[in-house]
Amino acid sequence: MATDATLQFRDPDAAREIADRIDALMADVGEPVNLMHVCGSHEQAIAKFGLRSMLPEGLAVRMGPGCPVCVTNMPEVDEAVALAEDGAIVATYGDMYRVPGTAGSLADASAAGADVEIVYSASEAVELAEENPGREVVFFATGFETTAAPTAAILAAGPPGNFSVLSAHKYVPPAMEVVAELPDTDVDGFLAAGHAATITGYGLFEAFVEEYEIPVVVGGFEPLDVLLGIERLLEHIDDGRAGLENAYPRCVSEEGNTAALETMWEVFETTSGEWRGIANIPDANLAVREEYAAYDARERFEIDPDVGAADPLTERCICGDIMAGTADPDECELFGEECTPRNPVGACMVSSEGTCKIWLEYGGRPDL
Amino acid sequence: MTRNDATTEGTEPDAVETEREVVEGDSEVDEDDGEVVTLAHGAGGEATRSLVDQLVVSRFGDAANPAGRAAEPGAVGLPELDDGSAHPISGGETSIVLTTDSHVVSPPIFPGGDIGRLSVAGTVNDLAAMGVTDPIALTCSLVVEEGTPTATLEAIMESMRATCEEAGVAITTGDTKVMGSGELDGPVINTTGIGAIEPGALVTDAGLSPGDAILVSGTIGDHGIALLSEREGFDLGGGLESDVAPVNGLVAAATDAGEVTAMKDPTRGGLATTLNEMAGKAAVGVEIEERSVPIDDAIASAGELLGIDPLSVANEGKVVLGVDPDDAEAVLEAIRDHPLGENAAIVGRATEDHAGRVVLDTGFGRRYLSEPAGEALPRIC
Amino acid sequence: MCLGIPGEILEIDGHEARAEFWNVEKTVRLDIVGDAVEVGDYVLNHAGFAIRKIPDEEVAETIEIYEAFLEGDEEEALEEIGATDATLEFGSRPAAVAEPGSVGAGGPDDGVGPDGTPVDGGSDDGD
Repeated sequence: MATDATLQFRDPDAAREIADRIDALMADVGEPVNLMHVCGSHEQAIAKFGLRSMLPEGLAVRMGPGCPVCVTNMPEVDEAVALAEDGAIVATYGDMYRVPGTAGSLADASAAGADVEIVYSASEAVELAEENPGREVVFFATGFETTAAPTAAILAAGPPGNFSVLSAHKYVPPAMEVVAELPDTDVDGFLAAGHAATITGYGLFEAFVEEYEIPVVVGGFEPLDVLLGIERLLEHIDDGRAGLENAYPRCVSEEGNTAALETMWEVFETTSGEWRGIANIPDANLAVREEYAAYDARERFEIDPDVGAADPLTERCICGDIMAGTADPDECELFGEECTPRNPVGACMVSSEGTCKIWLEYGGRPDL
Repeated sequence: MTRNDATTEGTEPDAVETEREVVEGDSEVDEDDGEVVTLAHGAGGEATRSLVDQLVVSRFGDAANPAGRAAEPGAVGLPELDDGSAHPISGGETSIVLTTDSHVVSPPIFPGGDIGRLSVAGTVNDLAAMGVTDPIALTCSLVVEEGTPTATLEAIMESMRATCEEAGVAITTGDTKVMGSGELDGPVINTTGIGAIEPGALVTDAGLSPGDAILVSGTIGDHGIALLSEREGFDLGGGLESDVAPVNGLVAAATDAGEVTAMKDPTRGGLATTLNEMAGKAAVGVEIEERSVPIDDAIASAGELLGIDPLSVANEGKVVLGVDPDDAEAVLEAIRDHPLGENAAIVGRATEDHAGRVVLDTGFGRRYLSEPAGEALPRIC
Repeated sequence: MCLGIPGEILEIDGHEARAEFWNVEKTVRLDIVGDAVEVGDYVLNHAGFAIRKIPDEEVAETIEIYEAFLEGDEEEALEEIGATDATLEFGSRPAAVAEPGSVGAGGPDDGVGPDGTPVDGGSDDGD
């Protein structure tokens, strides 16, 4: 079933039908529409399958603060690098490996001899700790609710004593509010991330829709899922309604995964912190609760990171505008020139799910 | 679970040993400026090319191609950065083709093959991609660490012997070095291959013309995805195998069947890098139908689980061919008749538009297919 | 990396299970999946953890929506699967967005579907 179903969610004929419907809705709306999604995997799907080239003129689908790696603040990377340089085994997801802090990336630390391991899962990081009882193993944990809940699960399960977590986990809903409140923001609808909503439930967005009167549709990650999400948003915009809709019902329910949420809030609490390129956001970072302080790397170690000088180019970087949905990467003078995946200036170029990196790799919305 | 340069064995003639070495030994290099070689430099694509340009081509490029020499029929030099170099002798009747490859792979024995098979196939395939399908001989230089079990080396050398037999080539000279314990991560095998070819039969990776059909000789991404899964300890079951194999027999069948205009073996950086290089060198565009690129189901699925595109990782038993459109079907048929070519497919064509770029038609829309920027890393969050 | 491919549970060992994702097997943790999971169930996986059991019928229903688009009767399909039951209404969009369009805030949609059939904008109100 899995194969067949997945292929059916990639049927180009059905995609073209939905795209035709999107065309008709856009013609009916009669003015430019700006949609924002908040998930790097949505951006990947849109770019990888070339979906933007199916969308009509005037319909912009941009990624907001949807890449957890991109919004990880540079000093958080510095902390991980410092721990690796001080002799800990630092385990992290592949996404984070090349992301530069102020003084370097974990890849740089690895090249200089530090022990940095790439893991696919939080439980692999625990296995590393079990395999290296004489070493400190720090899991540099990044991602939104979808990876925060697994991190919480391994702490709740009682990992070995030489294991700890350096949390850079983020919590999306407050960031959506920040974007909605940015003075220049012009977002007509949000495509909410399907897997984050699998955990949190779509009901979570009810208050947001009510407060900001912007429609929210939860969408999945296969090409048809993404197009359907866009189509549903346009229905709302065309009708002049601000509603909340679940266009990913096979995975998302109203209340979400309550078991995962319970575990996540048992281990983590929200705290305010800087989202790189966006703002200091209240309640959008996830910190390890005091009850689990023994596994909190920030409690366990005195971390004294090297802090490098900020790249002077960052002043010309427009990542903030891109994540606020008011600019596309090719409007940045640094894009592809001074700012490349090998030498990223801004947050959007650092991760494979960052808007700039994806646009550079896949050509954004080229006229092909 | 150590990180290593596994999907990315050195397979370019100009490849320098790039792993974890501080750039040094040049009075102009400021060792204190913090620049070091990273794994990305060994992954193929732009990072590798810039390192090779900086270290090698800048020094040896001019001497290898004195003015006018590059235009000589049957000559391919260092600046072309092809799969090997070619040197006309005997008044231009014959060209000697030369290629060399260093192989490091972790683990040394992996699903579908081992470093021995890889080190023979890698060099045989570089020669084959230039049209040399009956190599004169290979060399073998072996660097091993003190404490390496001889049984491991026996297995590796036996695998080299079997692969040589398969490819119809002999190892005729070599060298062995033993390093101290802890000085090497695993065995390093260098092989150099030499062959002779009529200048007119030489195929480069720069020969595409608009209209040429683009063929691949089989499924794409097997080696890279299988090794990444194995090396990173991703527990993905037993369905993933490297495609490592010598393709000289298959290439001979192809070149006998029709006019092959350009050829390259899609190793480091995968099909994406190879097509971009072929498009760039010939100053043509390349259009690919993503759905016609053959990819094994399990490899495709593992690629999705890892967040890695099979088009951007190494193949070790495949070749990408540009073929005169009138001959495309005949060449395809000849490749499919070969035991290694049953999944071969015509995947696209060269175009005048989009010179130097590769356009991928996904079935939904069109986008560029770019070279990967560094070594492939799994995406999780 | 959010992966849409569901995995089929092959065997369960405490908090861990072997699951098959489209010809590839992978170990997934069941700590936070929430529902009771049995061999043969499909799960959504994220970073090595099952985060939701996916009922077969819901996959089939989603496929029906997309098939409905091909047949031009998507409104009905959307209603049937309950996607629209999830729609919650919170009043009109701000005038800045709604005004210049061809319809007034909350007004009926006179759009036309891809195959020329009239599209009833009111049918997805979910009430």
